[in-house]
Amino acid sequence: MTMQTLPPIHEYLRSHKKFPHVWCAGCGAGNVLGSIIRAVGHLGLDRDEVAMVSGIGCSGRMPVYADFNTLHTTHGRALAFATGIKLAKPNMQVLVVMGDGDALAIGGNHFIHAARRNVDLTAIVVNNGIYGLTGGQVSPTTPMGAYATTATYGQIERPFDIAKIADAAGASFVARGTVYHILELEKLIEQAIVKRGFSVVEVISQCHTAYGRLNMMPTAVEMLKWQRDNTISVAAVAAGKSAEGKITRGVLVDRELPEFTDVYFNQVVARAQELTGRAER
Amino acid sequence: MVVEAATVRFMQGSEAVAEGAMAAGLRFYAGYPITPSTEIAEILSRRLPRVGGVFIQMEDEIGSLAAVIGASIAGLKAATATSGPGFSLMQENLGFAVAAEIPCVLVNVQRAGPSTGQPTAPAQGDVMQARWGTHGDHPIVVLTASTVRECFDQTVRSFNLSERYRTPVILLLDEVVAHMRERTVIPAPEDIYVLERPQPAVPPEWYFPYEETDADVPPLASFGEGYRYHVTGLFHDRAGYPTLRQDEINPWFERLFRKIELNVDEIVQTQGEMLEDARTVIVAYGSTARAARQAMKEARAKGRRVGLLKLLTLWPFPEEQIERATRTARRFLVPEMNRGQVRLEVERVVKGRADVVGVHRYDGTVITPTQILQALEAH
Ligand SMILES: Cc1ncc(C[n+]2csc(CCOP(=O)(O)OP(=O)(O)O)c2C)c(N)n1
Ligand code: SF4
Repeated sequence: MTMQTLPPIHEYLRSHKKFPHVWCAGCGAGNVLGSIIRAVGHLGLDRDEVAMVSGIGCSGRMPVYADFNTLHTTHGRALAFATGIKLAKPNMQVLVVMGDGDALAIGGNHFIHAARRNVDLTAIVVNNGIYGLTGGQVSPTTPMGAYATTATYGQIERPFDIAKIADAAGASFVARGTVYHILELEKLIEQAIVKRGFSVVEVISQCHTAYGRLNMMPTAVEMLKWQRDNTISVAAVAAGKSAEGKITRGVLVDRELPEFTDVYFNQVVARAQELTGRAER
Repeated sequence: MVVEAATVRFMQGSEAVAEGAMAAGLRFYAGYPITPSTEIAEILSRRLPRVGGVFIQMEDEIGSLAAVIGASIAGLKAATATSGPGFSLMQENLGFAVAAEIPCVLVNVQRAGPSTGQPTAPAQGDVMQARWGTHGDHPIVVLTASTVRECFDQTVRSFNLSERYRTPVILLLDEVVAHMRERTVIPAPEDIYVLERPQPAVPPEWYFPYEETDADVPPLASFGEGYRYHVTGLFHDRAGYPTLRQDEINPWFERLFRKIELNVDEIVQTQGEMLEDARTVIVAYGSTARAARQAMKEARAKGRRVGLLKLLTLWPFPEEQIERATRTARRFLVPEMNRGQVRLEVERVVKGRADVVGVHRYDGTVITPTQILQALEAH
């Protein structure tokens, strides 16, 4: 299935859509979209068979630029919409793009339940540690002590570890990448798409506009450097490097679990149909 | 139950909703348990897998309607059922379905509220919420039923209207109608009109999911069928892409309303009884219409010129039918299990040309024929 040459990214973009896009210059959202598209291209997926679903936020604006079946839903609910699509068309590859607030604050309940159910969806959480679209309020992943427009004296709540939640809630596949390590990110997304079951890729991304400017990293470059200096790959840790004070990158969970649509159609439907003949009217 | 010919059964309203949904081609149900609507989910959890359809119990009502909309975009006829608190949670995504023009059916078996209220007690307090519960100006279609047979027919009609007009349709029942059992004739499948979703007749390059068409309802392609397009709750252009341009927003907004308003003749249904000479017209709906009918009969037996206008569609409001009734009526009596939600609408249409009197109850008990008769005598 893998294509020989990498298809140019613009083949997957809606060229007739009114570019330029909505994001600030230097925003990580565009990089993440690029990675998703390259991953889809690598896998040689049929665009007609791909759905891209998002919630509300800067990251939620991603699907409109991609030439797939695209759905921009309500804040926090993307996974629930995506569950409907997947169950209606089990052969589609359903990619779900969410912000950290979108996925873990307002959408936290859908997130853990999608993981528990293990529906074959690929959830990509663009974690910029802030509410970007609404202008810089704290999110459930804002680090303690960081400043936000609604944390003028510093954030006092502990942040969520998205990957740990996904793991504990039962996802089949969990990975973490950054926008700085963009080639690695693309591979993680590719693996997540291929994996049957609920897959989560947490992407540490930069929002210099809403987060960086309040936290002494006013440019995208500074924030990218932060990603470089504060993360370490699981491979490096395995090779004996210290992960002290650093965020790990790479595949964190990869396990075989029954997938919801498989179980539903192969067991529930089969059983119901087998019983129909002799069951009560 | 596999229905082949018309069958006579002693059945419950909720059961009739479930059977009506199956007859209409339901293939996806997502919901969250809540009294007094739960029977619908329980029946469908047995019925849907037998036809290869999907039943899923979601984590809440917000996710339920979200999944329903997702499944509908992917081409399945989809529905959910709930009651008061769950209906409140569905409001945001209901607005999404209106704006994105995604067919789906939402059954609300009304119980006494506000808040948790009285879960097992009947009410009709969600009439205005059904109309205006989701934010922003928008059209909506709301049907209701007062018999078990009507539960069946109105469910089928809800699906047909939602597919024809690319709109969510709310079936607003009450606890009495949903839980009541009565002898019911279920029509044979060939006697049931079922509308399949119109599909685009053009190749994908020419397809615009929100374009102006003669009938004001552009066909909705299903995801995964080669028509790659965009769906959003933002104001959008004919391709579905977000727009800030007034010259794109206004025509879309107007079409959204026009597709419903120009078709009230098909959407709005009422049943009149003894209206020809009626000086007093009782306007009633849901289980209250049953009491109203009895009250009308008793009043007629005493020689009173009383008629009944039973509403089967609540929104768009049956203005025409009320208007017609004003020709003979000096007085409208509106019994309902709330403090006068439909009464306000009747007043709006009657514009002072007749008295409009409400008969209300909101303590979780039904309105009796006696209560209506007393109101008839009192005024
Ligand atoms: C129900 C609801 N509540 C609030 C909002 C306002 N809102 C829009 S986006 C957003 C948060 C955005 O942050 P995040 O999800 O982290 O995404 P980002 O913009 O950072 O990509 C909020 C609160 C909304 N659109 N809907
Ligand atoms: S506000 Fe932040 S997240 Fe939003 S586009 Fe700008 S940089 Fe990106």
